[in-house]
Amino acid sequence: MSRAWCFGDDVDTDQIIPAKYLVTTDPQELAAGAFIGARPEFSEEVREGDVIFGGENFGCGSSREHAPICLLGSGVRVVVAASYARIFYRNSINTGLMVLECPEAVAAAADGDDVSVDLKSGEIRIRGSELFQARPLAEEALKIVEAGGLMALVKKQIGVGS
Amino acid sequence: MGMTITEKILASHAGRETAQPGDVLTCDVDFLMANDITAPMAIDAFNRVGAQHLFDKERVAFVFSHFVPAKDVASAEQCEKVREFARAHDMPWFFDIGRGGIEHILLPQEGLVGPGDLVLGADSHSCTYGGLGAFATGVGSTDLAAAMVTGKTWLKVPESMRLRFTGKLAPWVSAKDMILHAIGHVGFSGATYMAMEFEGEAVENLSVEGRLTLCNMAIEAGAKNGVIAADAPIEAFMAGRAKRPWKSFSADKDANYAQEWTWRAEDIGLTLAKPFAPDNICRVEELVGTKVDQVFIGSCTNARMEDLRIAAHVMRGRRVAKDLRCIVIPATHEVYRSAIKEGLIEVFVDAGCAVSESTCGPCLGGHNGVLGSKEVCVSTSNRNFPGRMGHPKAQVYLASPAVAAATAIAGEITHPSSVADEIKETLDV
Ligand code: SF4
Repeated sequence: MSRAWCFGDDVDTDQIIPAKYLVTTDPQELAAGAFIGARPEFSEEVREGDVIFGGENFGCGSSREHAPICLLGSGVRVVVAASYARIFYRNSINTGLMVLECPEAVAAAADGDDVSVDLKSGEIRIRGSELFQARPLAEEALKIVEAGGLMALVKKQIGVGS
Repeated sequence: MGMTITEKILASHAGRETAQPGDVLTCDVDFLMANDITAPMAIDAFNRVGAQHLFDKERVAFVFSHFVPAKDVASAEQCEKVREFARAHDMPWFFDIGRGGIEHILLPQEGLVGPGDLVLGADSHSCTYGGLGAFATGVGSTDLAAAMVTGKTWLKVPESMRLRFTGKLAPWVSAKDMILHAIGHVGFSGATYMAMEFEGEAVENLSVEGRLTLCNMAIEAGAKNGVIAADAPIEAFMAGRAKRPWKSFSADKDANYAQEWTWRAEDIGLTLAKPFAPDNICRVEELVGTKVDQVFIGSCTNARMEDLRIAAHVMRGRRVAKDLRCIVIPATHEVYRSAIKEGLIEVFVDAGCAVSESTCGPCLGGHNGVLGSKEVCVSTSNRNFPGRMGHPKAQVYLASPAVAAATAIAGEITHPSSVADEIKETLDV
C-alpha cells in the first residue's frame, strides 16, 4: 500500500536534504538525510512506493541532484505537486523520479492517505475512490522519460555500449 | 518582433536567427562548471555511459568550494574522485584549494566566462555570470554530464521579465539591497522559469562586482537566469582576462516582456531578508536593536574586493562586539591576496574577526561557522531557508556587507551610519 506524505508550498532542497548529507553520491546513504529537518521520522518510516505531495514551487533552492536521488533512494518513485521549481523538475526527469503536476490531488490528499498512481495515464487515486488526472508531461520531458533518463539518450547518441 | 538579450543568446547558440519564449532549442554550450559537491555525481553519470572524452577540456571547470578544505573523510573522498578525473582528462581548469575559491567569483575573475556566452553550471547560483552579459543557468549533475559528453544541451526559451532601476542609489545602499528589494516585490517564486533582465541608470552605474551580485540572486525569485547587457565597463573588465572571444548582446527596443517592474533607486533603503525566506524583506530601521550572535561576511553574493572594502571601512579601528563573533571569508584566493595587500585583512583581524581561506563554509551550513538552534546570524549570503546555515531553528537575516559589518561592531542589527562615516571615495574596481 502506498501512503501519502504531505508537505506545503516552497519546499526547498535544503529541507529535502540538508547540505551536510551531500558527502556521497550513493542513493541509499543519501536517503538517510531525506526530510531530516522537516520530518525527522521520514527516513525510518517511508516505505517503497510511498508518494510525496507538495504544494507550489516544490524543490526550489539549490541545484543539488541529491534531492531527487535521496527520494529515489528512500523508495519514493513519484512526487505530486501543484508546481515545481525548474532545476528540481529537470533533475527529476533526468534521473527517473516521476514528477506529476496536479494541484487538485494535492489539495485533496492528507498525510497517511492510501494512494495509487498510474504512471502511464497520470491518474492519481486517493483513499481508493477519489480520482485525479495529472497534467501531461512536456514533450521534451517525455522523450527523456521514455528513453530511461537523460544519460540513456546520451548513450544512444555517442553509440557506446550498443 | 524584437528579441530580449536571453532570446538572442539562445538563438545564436542554436544556429537560428530568432527565438521565442516556449521554443525548445538544442544549444551549443560555451562553458561548463561543477563544484566538489556536484562534480562527483556528474563524473558517475559520465562514466556510466562509457564516455571517453570531454567534448572540449578547455571548456569545463571543476572548482573546489563547498566542503573544502575537506571537512571530513567523506568529503575528502569526493574531492579525491574529482582530482582523479581532472588528472585523467588533463583538465586545465581544475581549481583545488589555494588556487581557486568560490566558483561564481572565480570564473569571471579568470576570464573563463564572458558576454554572450551560454554557460551551464552544476550549482544554482551559476546565474551570477549574467552580470557579464552571459546566459548562465544552474543545472543538476546529470544535465551537466550530458553536456560534458556532447557539448550541447536542450533549453526552453524563457519569457523575460524586465526590472528597471531608475535614478541613483542613496548612500550605503548597494546591489545587494537592490536585489533583495526586487525579490521582495517579485516574490520568492515570482520569476519561476523566467529570465530577469536588469536595466536602468542605477544598474549601469554598478561596478562589475555589483552587477554580479544582482544576477547572483535571480534564482531566489525562481528565475532561470538573470542578465544585464554588457557595456563599456564590462568590455574593459574582459580585456586582458578573457580566455575566449566574447560578443555583447542587448535587447531590441520592441522586445517583448511578460512582466515589467520599475523602481526608483532613491526609494530603496538598506534592505534585509528576515527568516526564513529571501523575499521576506524589510528595511534595516525595522530591525534595529535585534541581538545577533554571529555575522558572516562571505559567499558568492558578497565577498569580492568591493564588499570587503566596505566592511573594512566600517570596522577600521573598531572592535567586534563582546557577545558576537564575526567570520570573514574572501571569495577567492585572489581576493584574499588583494585584501592582504590592501590591508583589509589586517583591519578584520585587528577588529577580532575570524578570517579564513576561501570556501562557501557557513553559507550552506557545511562547516566553518554552522549555527546552533537558538542562534541569530546576519549573513551577506543569499539563502535563509530553515536549516540553511545549520540548525533548522537558527535565524538568518540576509544583508549587505555594510549592514553586516555595522552589526558586528554594534552587537545588534544597526544602520552603518551609526557606526562609521559614509564612504566618500569610489569603491569600484
Ligand atoms: S557561497 Fe553559498 S550560495 Fe554561493 S556557491 Fe557557495 S554554497 Fe552556494
